[in-house]
Amino acid sequence: MQSTREKLRLGVNGKTYTIEADPDTPLLYVLRNQLGLYGPKYGCGLGQCGSCMVLIGGQAVMSCTLSVKAAEGKDIRTLSGLAGDDGTLHPVQQAFIDEQAAQCGYCTNGMIIAAVSLLKQNPQPNDEETRLAFQNNLCRCGTQSRVLKATRRAAEKT
Amino acid sequence: MQPIHRRQFLITTGYLSIGFTLFGCSPSTEEASAGSEGDFTLESPAGPLPGPSQIDAWLQVLEDGTVRVLTGKMELGQGLTVAIQQVAGEELNTSPGRVSVVLADTGRTPDEGITAGSRSMETSAMNVRRAAAAARERLLEMAAEAWGVEQNSLFLEEGHVKLRAKQEQLSFADLLKGRQLSAGIPKDISLKPKDQYQWVGRPVPHPDMEKMVRGEALYIQDMRLPEMAHARIVRPPVYGARLEGWDKAVEQMPGVLKIVENGSFLGVIAEEEYQAIKAQEALQQRSQWGAGPELPEVTSWPDYMLAQGGAGQKPVKEGENTHHAVYSKPYVMHGSIGPSCAVAAFQDGRLHIWSHTQGVYPLRATISSMTGLAEEDIRITGVRGSGCYGHNGADDVGADAALLAMAFPGRPVRLQWQRQDEHLWEPYGSAMRMELSARLGPDGKIEQWAYDLWTDSHVNRPFGDAGKLIAARYLADPFPFDKTESGIRGGARNSEPYYKIPDAKVKSHYVEGPLRVSALRSLGAYANVFAIESFMDELAEKAGRDALDFRIQHLDDERAVEVIRELKELTKDVPVASGEGMGYGFARYKNTASYCAVAAKVQVNLEEKVLRPIKMWAVIDAGEAINTDGLKNQTEGGMIQAASWTLMEEVRFNQREIASKDWRSYDIIRFDTAPETEVVVVNRPEQPVLGAGEAAQGPSAAGIANAVYAACGKRVRELPVKKGLFG
Ligand code: FES
Ligand code: FES
Repeated sequence: MQSTREKLRLGVNGKTYTIEADPDTPLLYVLRNQLGLYGPKYGCGLGQCGSCMVLIGGQAVMSCTLSVKAAEGKDIRTLSGLAGDDGTLHPVQQAFIDEQAAQCGYCTNGMIIAAVSLLKQNPQPNDEETRLAFQNNLCRCGTQSRVLKATRRAAEKT
Repeated sequence: MQPIHRRQFLITTGYLSIGFTLFGCSPSTEEASAGSEGDFTLESPAGPLPGPSQIDAWLQVLEDGTVRVLTGKMELGQGLTVAIQQVAGEELNTSPGRVSVVLADTGRTPDEGITAGSRSMETSAMNVRRAAAAARERLLEMAAEAWGVEQNSLFLEEGHVKLRAKQEQLSFADLLKGRQLSAGIPKDISLKPKDQYQWVGRPVPHPDMEKMVRGEALYIQDMRLPEMAHARIVRPPVYGARLEGWDKAVEQMPGVLKIVENGSFLGVIAEEEYQAIKAQEALQQRSQWGAGPELPEVTSWPDYMLAQGGAGQKPVKEGENTHHAVYSKPYVMHGSIGPSCAVAAFQDGRLHIWSHTQGVYPLRATISSMTGLAEEDIRITGVRGSGCYGHNGADDVGADAALLAMAFPGRPVRLQWQRQDEHLWEPYGSAMRMELSARLGPDGKIEQWAYDLWTDSHVNRPFGDAGKLIAARYLADPFPFDKTESGIRGGARNSEPYYKIPDAKVKSHYVEGPLRVSALRSLGAYANVFAIESFMDELAEKAGRDALDFRIQHLDDERAVEVIRELKELTKDVPVASGEGMGYGFARYKNTASYCAVAAKVQVNLEEKVLRPIKMWAVIDAGEAINTDGLKNQTEGGMIQAASWTLMEEVRFNQREIASKDWRSYDIIRFDTAPETEVVVVNRPEQPVLGAGEAAQGPSAAGIANAVYAACGKRVRELPVKKGLFG
């Protein structure tokens, strides 16, 4: 069985990386294992839980079901790429701290990415719109009510 | 290969060192001085560990003057780290941010058994508090001696001992000059007076929260070691199936380093993670397995449990003032969002496992019995994982990784379970049947009460018995698993009513159920409280009493009464529209731990099959609250998780297989359904700390079922509620 590796160019968090991988590899594994970006998490690999979310062109996308080939040439942003160059947190990140909107924090990546994506498209969402934006994000610790509060707080600030 | 040394990682790994500072590889950085840290060395610790009665078993002073606390407990997402920082910092008059915490590690920390049963605050935090108090006294003595002054002219502040009158100060590190405090912890050590507390009892933010929102490496799943290989396992398609063969061509797939086969234990180790996944998928398709034993067909849990476990005691004699009801719950899963993961390395006869287990020492004993290695040759280092709500796959994945690493010595092996491995193989919370009957006296109070419960075991943890690990049961030389030996352990939790009833009889019946089971948050208490508190509402209605007043009438514990009264006050003005209902539930967890009363407001529309919990409230008394916001967070999370179990969860299976394989076939609560939450903490600083993390589970279940009844008149006694309402 032959390996089918390709050289690919990825634009992540404002930088361009040249990597070598099987083009079918889900983006998630490349981000974590080759670029050392641990924000996106493996939760199901099936597009069912949202742990692996990243922003592509500002939109929340599951990186576990998107091949690295399909992500080539796109503007990818991960959780660790949200803060400013001086380390200042993004208002959504800050709101999550202010509301202490996590327990184990394993789902937090997806929650923050989904919130950033929502507020970009709809800066003042109502309750129903907010809930809908998180419909594909699972949290087993039961922090949903805090995540909603944090999102509201971030919306008020922007 | 070279032994794995920490310093070497920093030099060789570039960006990876970001991850390692979090685990304490660079103690001089700010990150390492706050929050939790771990250790990635393969070396054995130098010399024996200090005994648990010595200060330095629990607490060390680092060169930079910060304090490191060693706990034998694990961070499970329950907020252990911050609570420990608070109590240690408090005794030393030093901000919690200057205290770092090392989680359970057989090479570094005391043996504190397992982190479970909501006991980490009751026990470990108290051990740390006493050790820190002893450290304070020793530091004061040393400084008094150094300056030749009276101890009472000295005080502690932010990592220093200071002289009251003058500007002089000495940092803890300067005082100790590289030594540690090896003195014993006096039994009668005096603790800081609680009215002087600055941090304990306050909502101190969790120090790891910033790492979480920044997406830094924090979890076992994020751990990377140089030369680390990636592994996946291939489980039998069903419980008990034996491996008959597999296609050797898989060995030739790109990146495959080794396929490990031992009896029916099958795993693949590859250079890269995606290569391991592809090889796993190929093996799944191209391996042959025998049939496992058939699973039973269960259409009704009450009927099945009764048939298996035998008849209960005689119910209360029927009559006008008697009431009788049967309740049940199906199997429910832990469903951590991050599937279990472990890293293991084997070299020169020594095994090191990094694991999110709840008990590093018990797991070490069990791995020793499985592998035949001496306990001294095994080190298990706790690294946090995804949220843990009881005995999940953590121990099993550790055992799997150990077997893989031992078959592939010299390189660390990281094993990540796939979603399906977790859904199908984790030990579930057992199905249960609860039967109640009671008689009301002429005064409307309960006179007689009979309670029977049927359940499988609620504790099948590995405490040295290898048969408790999945992998061990499938080896060429398999370890037997004796299920019956453990009885219903934990199943009877909260089965004794906390209410004063002159004649109450409780009996439990063991059922050997078809699926693998062990501890799930609150064990039997969830279903027992669901049944008792549903039944209390039914009895209150029969007695023509208000549901909460009826409970208060049967309580003689003031603290219990107070949480119920507070809840009543908190929810008295909540508007309830048509199609909506309010319901309540109360329990004192284990009848000895936290008091928790929960209210739920739900909306029901039977025609459109809508059931939504709109909001849930809790009042909780956990004695002395260490971190009031942490306690609220745990209680809110407990309510939402219990709402999910209660409304919609059920592990499904047919005669051939378990059908709940992923989040489509086993869905949990999503944002469209998750309720708003509000928690009031009754803080009692003068009282002992009580375990709180599991207190909301049972009351939430009953609160929802009672609210559904109030909203639509339908009493659902068989969980999940949605199935009972809509079929
Ligand atoms: S890991 Fe991608 S959606 Fe679950
Ligand atoms: S905080 Fe643990 S899964 Fe969401």
